[in-house]
Amino acid sequence: MTGSLTIKDGKLVDPVAGTIKQRDIHVRDGLIDDNPGRGASRIDAKNRYVAPGIIDMGCFAIDIPAFVAGGITRAALMPDQHPVLDEAAIVERAANAGKPQVWIHPIAAATRGLQGTELAEMGLMQRSGAVAVSTGRKRIADSGVMHKVLSYAAALDLIVITHAEDEGLSGHATATDGETATRLGLSSAPAMSEAISIARDVMLAADTGGHVHFREVTTARGFEMIREAKKTGVKVSCGISPAYLLLSDVDIGAYRTFAKLSPPLRSPEDRKAALSALADGTIDVICSGHDPQGPEAKRLPFSDAEPGVSGAETLLALSLNLVREGHLDLASLFTLLSANPAKLLNIPGGSVNVGAPADLIVFDAGSPWKIDSAAMVSGAGNTPFDGIPVQGKVVETIKGGRSLDRPPV
Amino acid sequence: MSIADIKTAVVPEGAHPFPHGHLTGIDGLQPWEITFLLDEAEQWVDLNRQSSKHDDRLAGLTLINAFFENSTRTLLSFEIAGKRLGADVVNMHAGQSSMKKGETLIDTAATINAMRADMIVIRHPSSGAVALIADKVDCPVLNAGDGWHEHPTQALLDALTIRRRRGHIAKQRVAICGDILHSRVARSNILCLTALGAEVRVIAPPTLMPRAIERLGVTAYTDFDEGIRGADVVMMLRLQNERMNGGFIPSAREFHALYGLTRERLENAEADALIMHPGPMNRGIEIASDVADDIDRSAITEQVEMGVAVRMACLDVLTRERRGTKGWK
Repeated sequence: MTGSLTIKDGKLVDPVAGTIKQRDIHVRDGLIDDNPGRGASRIDAKNRYVAPGIIDMGCFAIDIPAFVAGGITRAALMPDQHPVLDEAAIVERAANAGKPQVWIHPIAAATRGLQGTELAEMGLMQRSGAVAVSTGRKRIADSGVMHKVLSYAAALDLIVITHAEDEGLSGHATATDGETATRLGLSSAPAMSEAISIARDVMLAADTGGHVHFREVTTARGFEMIREAKKTGVKVSCGISPAYLLLSDVDIGAYRTFAKLSPPLRSPEDRKAALSALADGTIDVICSGHDPQGPEAKRLPFSDAEPGVSGAETLLALSLNLVREGHLDLASLFTLLSANPAKLLNIPGGSVNVGAPADLIVFDAGSPWKIDSAAMVSGAGNTPFDGIPVQGKVVETIKGGRSLDRPPV
Repeated sequence: MSIADIKTAVVPEGAHPFPHGHLTGIDGLQPWEITFLLDEAEQWVDLNRQSSKHDDRLAGLTLINAFFENSTRTLLSFEIAGKRLGADVVNMHAGQSSMKKGETLIDTAATINAMRADMIVIRHPSSGAVALIADKVDCPVLNAGDGWHEHPTQALLDALTIRRRRGHIAKQRVAICGDILHSRVARSNILCLTALGAEVRVIAPPTLMPRAIERLGVTAYTDFDEGIRGADVVMMLRLQNERMNGGFIPSAREFHALYGLTRERLENAEADALIMHPGPMNRGIEIASDVADDIDRSAITEQVEMGVAVRMACLDVLTRERRGTKGWK
C-alpha cells in the first residue's frame, strides 16, 4: 500500500456524525488512522473542506478523468454497456477497470441482455463483484418478471435499481407533456408515467421484501409515492441528479439536445417538489447519471438525439449550489453523495472514521468557475449547464490514501 | 385601432420591416413583420394572374429545395415561386439521398452549403431540424415544415387568403379542426392568427389535442358543433392515414361522424363562413365533398394560389440583403 499522509487544517465534513469540524486527518496504509505516520507527506487544506470521496451511484460510462476531476472515488457502473453486464466474467472485467485509481463497482443486469424476460445469474455476478442489480435505462415492463427479480435479489441482499417510466405512456416520448412540448412540437408523455411505475414497483417490493431503488425520481407525484412507501416500511430509496433540481423543461429552449434527458426534464412545479423532497429527506442519493455523448449522438434534431448528461465533473459544484440556496446542509449533502450510496451498495466509503478507507476529497467551496462544455475532461462535454457560473472546485481526489493525478484543465 | 387591425404593415419608427436572416417559424415574428410579408405577396398575386408571369430579380441565384419528407404540393409551389422570380431551382429528394446511407443532417447541410446555394428550402420530419440547419449554413433558410413544429409559409398563405376574402384578420373567429397534436400547420396558424388579432379556437378529439394548448392563446373544444358555433373561418386539417385505425381514433368513419365537416354541421358556423383546408384532402373523412367544392364558401384552391405568391414574397425578402437591394440592410 501507500505510505502515510496528513491533511492539515481542513474543515472535515463527517456525514456519519453530521458535523463539520476543523481537524487534521491522518492516513496510514490506505486507511484513516488516529495518529500521523512517520515521515507522512502533507496536504495543506487550510480554508478548504475535506470530505469522503463521492460514490456516484449509477454511471453509464467508465470515465476516469471526469471522475477524478469531480471528486468521485467510487463509481457504480450501470449494466447498459457493450457488452451488457449480464455475465460474471463481464462483471469481473468491469470491476477491475478502474483500479487502482477510481474503483468501479459494477451493477449487474437483472435480466439477460437487459431484455426484461429471463433472470440473469445475479448470484454468480455478485461473487464477481456486482454490488446491485438493475433494469438499466428502462424498467422491466413485465410485472411478473420484476416480481421475480425483486424476490430473488432480496435473498442475495442486493438492491434492485430501476428506472421509473411506464413504457406504454412514455413510448418514444422525448419530453414531458406541457406548454414547452406543445410549442416545440415534441412527442411527450404525462409526468404521471413516473408515479404509475413507482406505484407498481413499491407494491412488488412490499410483497417480496426486496429493496427497490429508483435511480432518478423527478416528479411531485413520484416523491409522494416514495414518502408514503417509506412510512409503511417498504424497502425503498431513490436518487436524483442535479439537472432535475436546477432545470425544468423550459430549459430545452430551442431544441437544446444537451437538455434531452431520460426521464425528460419536468415542469417548474415538479422541480420545486424535487427541492422539497431533498429538504425533507425523501431523496436518498444525489448522482451524476454520468452519460457522455459525443456530437454524433447530440448534434442531431432533438427527437433523434440520445438522452444523457456528462455529469461527473459538475456534480459537486452543482450540488454545492443547493447547499448555498439552503435546501440542505453540507454534511447532509455528503450523506447523499457518499454515505448513503455506500450503505445502499454495501461497499466501504462514505465515512471519515478511523479504519475507513482513505477515500477523501479536498475542495474549495467558494472557488468560482464557469462550466464550459468544450473544456471538460470527460469523454464528452454534453452538459445542459454549459456557460453557467458555479462555485466549488475539487483540489485533491485521494483514493486509498493516494492522491490521484488530476488531468490538466 | 390596434396594429393588428391595419391591413398594411405599420412598421414602428426605427424598426426594420423584416430583420430576420431565415424564416424558420412564425414564432419570433412581430405582427407588422407578418403583415409586411402579406403586403409583399399581393404584387405576386397580381403577377401570377397575368399571362406572362415572370420577374428576374433572383436571376443567377440558386434555390435548393431539400425535402427530407415526401411532398408534392409544397415542393411544386416553392419550385414555381423560385422559377417565376428567375432563380435556378434544384430539388433534392432526401428519399434518394445519402441520408439513407447514414450521413448526418448537419453533414448534408454542409454539403448543400458548399455548393453555394443562395436559398435553401427545407422540409424535415423532425421538429427543430430546420433551425438546426439554419445555424450551420451561410444563406437564408426557409422552413417548409419541420415535424410537428411549424410550417410558416402555410400560415402566411392562410392569413393572406383570409385577409383577401374577409377584408381583415383581426377579430375573425377562426376554428382549426382535426389532428392538432401532430400538426405543424395548426401550430403556425395559431401563432400567426393570434398575432394578427384573430380569435382562434382549436377542435380535436381529446387524443389528438396537445396538452396546455390554451397557453398559446386559443380556446380548445372537443365538441365540434360547439367549437364552430359562430365561426367566420373553418380550417380543416388533414388526418394522416396512420392515425386513423385505432391508434388515436377508433376509425375513419367514426372520425367523420364526430369531427367531419358536413353541410349540416356547417350550419353552426356563420352563414358566410370561409372553408379552408391545407390539402391534400381526405374527402369523406375530415371534409365532405360538397362542402369542399362549394364555390361560394370554399377557399381551398385559392389557398394554393396564395401559396405561390407568399413563397415568392419570402424568397424575395430573404435574399434582399445578399442582392444588395437599395435601402435594405
